[in-house]
Amino acid sequence: MTKKNQLTKESGLSRRSFLKGVGLTSAGLAVTSGGEIFAEASGDASVKIISPGGATITLEVNGKKHQLKVEPRETLVEVLRDRLHLTGTKIGCDRGACGACTVIVDGKNVTSCLMLAIDAEGKSIETIEGLEKEGELHPVQKSFIEYDALQCGFCTPGMIMSSKNLLDHNPSPNLADVKHAVRGNLCRCGTYPKVFQAVLAASKQNKGE
Amino acid sequence: MRWIGKDVPRKEGKDKVTGASRYIDDITFPDMLYGVTVRSETSRGILQRTVFEEGIPWEEFTQVTCKDIPGNNYVALIETDQPYLADGKINHPLEAVLLLAHPDKYLLQEARRKVSLEVDPLPPVYDIEESLNQKEIVWGKDNVFKEYLLEKGDIDQVWEKADHIIEGEYKTGAQEQLYIETNGIVAVANPEEGVTVWGSLQCPYYVHKALMALFDLPADKIRVIQTTTGGGFGGKEEYPSMIAGHAALLAWKSGKPVKLIYDRLEDLAATTKRHPSLTRHKMALSSEGKILGMEIDFVLDGGAYATLSSVVLSRGTIHAAGPYLCENVRVRARVVATNTPPHGAFRGFGAPQSIFALERHLDKAALQLNLSKEELRRRNFIQEGQLTATGQVINEKVSLADLMTKAMEKSDFQKKKEQFHSENKKNKYIKRGIGLSSFFHGAGFTGSGEAYLESMLGMEATKEGKIRILSASTEIGQGTNTIFSQIAAEALGIEYDLIEISVPDTALVPNSGPTVASRTCMIVGKLVESAAIQVKEILRQSGFLASTYSSSEFSKACQSYLDKFSQLRVFSKYKQPTNIKWDDQTYRGDAYGAYAWAVYVAEIKIDLRTYETTVEDFVALQEVGKVIHPTLAAGQIEGGVAQGIGYGLYEKVVWDKGQMINNQMTNYIMPTSADIGKIRVFFEEAPYAHGPAGAKGIGELPLDGVAPAISSAIENAIGLDIPEIPVTPETLHEYWVSRKVNS
Ligand code: FES
Ligand code: FES
Repeated sequence: MTKKNQLTKESGLSRRSFLKGVGLTSAGLAVTSGGEIFAEASGDASVKIISPGGATITLEVNGKKHQLKVEPRETLVEVLRDRLHLTGTKIGCDRGACGACTVIVDGKNVTSCLMLAIDAEGKSIETIEGLEKEGELHPVQKSFIEYDALQCGFCTPGMIMSSKNLLDHNPSPNLADVKHAVRGNLCRCGTYPKVFQAVLAASKQNKGE
Repeated sequence: MRWIGKDVPRKEGKDKVTGASRYIDDITFPDMLYGVTVRSETSRGILQRTVFEEGIPWEEFTQVTCKDIPGNNYVALIETDQPYLADGKINHPLEAVLLLAHPDKYLLQEARRKVSLEVDPLPPVYDIEESLNQKEIVWGKDNVFKEYLLEKGDIDQVWEKADHIIEGEYKTGAQEQLYIETNGIVAVANPEEGVTVWGSLQCPYYVHKALMALFDLPADKIRVIQTTTGGGFGGKEEYPSMIAGHAALLAWKSGKPVKLIYDRLEDLAATTKRHPSLTRHKMALSSEGKILGMEIDFVLDGGAYATLSSVVLSRGTIHAAGPYLCENVRVRARVVATNTPPHGAFRGFGAPQSIFALERHLDKAALQLNLSKEELRRRNFIQEGQLTATGQVINEKVSLADLMTKAMEKSDFQKKKEQFHSENKKNKYIKRGIGLSSFFHGAGFTGSGEAYLESMLGMEATKEGKIRILSASTEIGQGTNTIFSQIAAEALGIEYDLIEISVPDTALVPNSGPTVASRTCMIVGKLVESAAIQVKEILRQSGFLASTYSSSEFSKACQSYLDKFSQLRVFSKYKQPTNIKWDDQTYRGDAYGAYAWAVYVAEIKIDLRTYETTVEDFVALQEVGKVIHPTLAAGQIEGGVAQGIGYGLYEKVVWDKGQMINNQMTNYIMPTSADIGKIRVFFEEAPYAHGPAGAKGIGELPLDGVAPAISSAIENAIGLDIPEIPVTPETLHEYWVSRKVNS
């Protein structure tokens, strides 16, 4: 009996090829199976042609611009971690299910394992490394320490980014808002109750209460 | 006390909130290769041939099979039955057969898919019943890894005196630890320098021992370093030895550093889980509700290899009769082999399984005797001076009755019960219920385990005038570093910030034993305390430290001592308190140095349109000795309750031919922030004489009592006694429908 090694195979379409399709289509590009990539006649002047060797893009991370060459298949989290050495953003599932890779892109929570790096070009990206300003921790970070809203800490960067983004948009959240904001951030250590406390406390501090 | 009982900031808090902590996947080396594991995918058989398909530049890959192993091809633990790489025989579908390494991680994934294995299949065994019936013999002579017989009194003469004899059968499923950081190791290895591994792991010295056997190298040629670890819960107790071996073999052969990180799919499919269980109870009771006898048949599914199963079984066996007085007990316990990946350590370690069965059975008995669940337990709680099932005299003041009273008050049990009863009648679909469990959990290794371990801990003064703790006990989120610092600062009478913790690196720290079994605080914490006392004594005797001193005077004393003698380092070794006696042969004696005691109450809501159960309020009340850090301790309980809710309601491993097929975070469901209702944690403190500042163990306790309390509440809500977990909507639906058919 011969068996194929299928541990990481999923019904024909791999996550990456799926992503590639989604990502490039949204940028107005189509992918051919031969690895060549053509621009679609979309009339969009911003369309770029990406050669198989990769594309040079500029990523704005924590206010700093980085120019780098990426392959179309590389996800944002890979580029952040492997190229820019911003390893604070974590990978827990690489499939959009755990929230460990949460970063803020143009004011929105994004699971960076599900975004291609080339799709992040021109957008403003915030990661956990960018929260501390001139040696001063962000109120959410301080509050996480104060309420011990972390145990192993692996979900923590993602949890903090979701919480920070909540407070950016809603300075006075209630418990339900907080629960909702971090519902995509899985924590196996079960820090949820302390996260709720920490975020609510940080929102009060923010307003000087 | 200045530091004990205070909510000091977690030692590594800042690094964790800024993303500065370095976990295993954050570590890279120049010239590093990535590694992958090619697995059998057949549950049982004989490997005939490995086929490398075309289209891959195979010559660029480092390939390792069992033929490349320099030492012994087994993962050294208790037995030596588990190979690092299959040598012909395949015993489960995730058996490692071949290792590959390459600098390009994308190409590596493709290559893994292009390897085919030709296996002549043999008939497999997939569950406890099949294994017990010896449908096939897949391990040893009879498929049994280990069997214990625990006996007290004379169970056989009890049945005829009994007013009630109640029987029941209970099942629990596998549970995945699901640490958010998957397993991973980075290895550097060559014949000249030996083997060094960095990894996400709980027990550096387990890995150390395993690598010594694998490479046939002396202790000083193997070095194991724990990196910041993103959760363990038992899941990184024994399995890292496997990955470390694989990464090191690839590094050894290629001459380059190798990183081997499991992705989530592989981690879920291949690594250990909580043992599934099947328990049969037969209980004799008097008409007054006294338990006269318990006969318990407790069986665990161990998977394909022995790993830690015998020890897991031992804890499950000892906890099987619970914190109740019963003069006649027989527990027959077995752990059997199946052709699934080995099951292993998971917080609670066998106790959650046997306690689930007992607590559900007591509810069943209460119903039959027309007593409240609370009252039946009260009539049987063990008291100070009485004997447990192993014949251990309880030497502490047990306050289970008090805990029960308090838990009833905090949860408003009686009122809620009545209120739900009347509301449920009016509401067709929404049904609420309240339920409870009472239980104990022994801290530290079972029986003579701690005496055999002879754990050792070191403490030294640094040039900066600080004190550094040298221990192999790992911080995995539970707060080891913080509580050790508190204990040391308290015993030394200095600032908390003056305490440092060494990285758990086998080249630097002695073996303080594995980070398991709720032993870190109680056992190793005690070593911290005694080492601190020694340090203080040395400084005093040397004349550098006055009888009263400030922290800065203490620092100066350390520095002066170092100037004169160049080193101040002490070691303290665990000595079992002399009153603890245990006989491994008869399985009798003092099973644990101390127990934590608890009563938990769950309040749940069932929606009979979706068959979904939600926990709305949870009261967790426990006596754990002195609480060293209230916030950390509460966090341990909250986290354990969340995992317990998952165990009881959501977390179902779906098996197909010995393989987990829902191996993703989208279809293996763990509780999210939206699923966790109120969790209210309360501590009672009764200091334990042999723990540091009176502390006992705490980490595993919560896993024991959550699932039975939830199932008890489900029974209360809809009158359905569901004898298995998890109670997923599908399971509830099944029982609900069949009940309607039956009635
Ligand atoms: S790693 Fe991106 S969501 Fe899990
Ligand atoms: S703190 Fe460990 S997963 Fe959240």
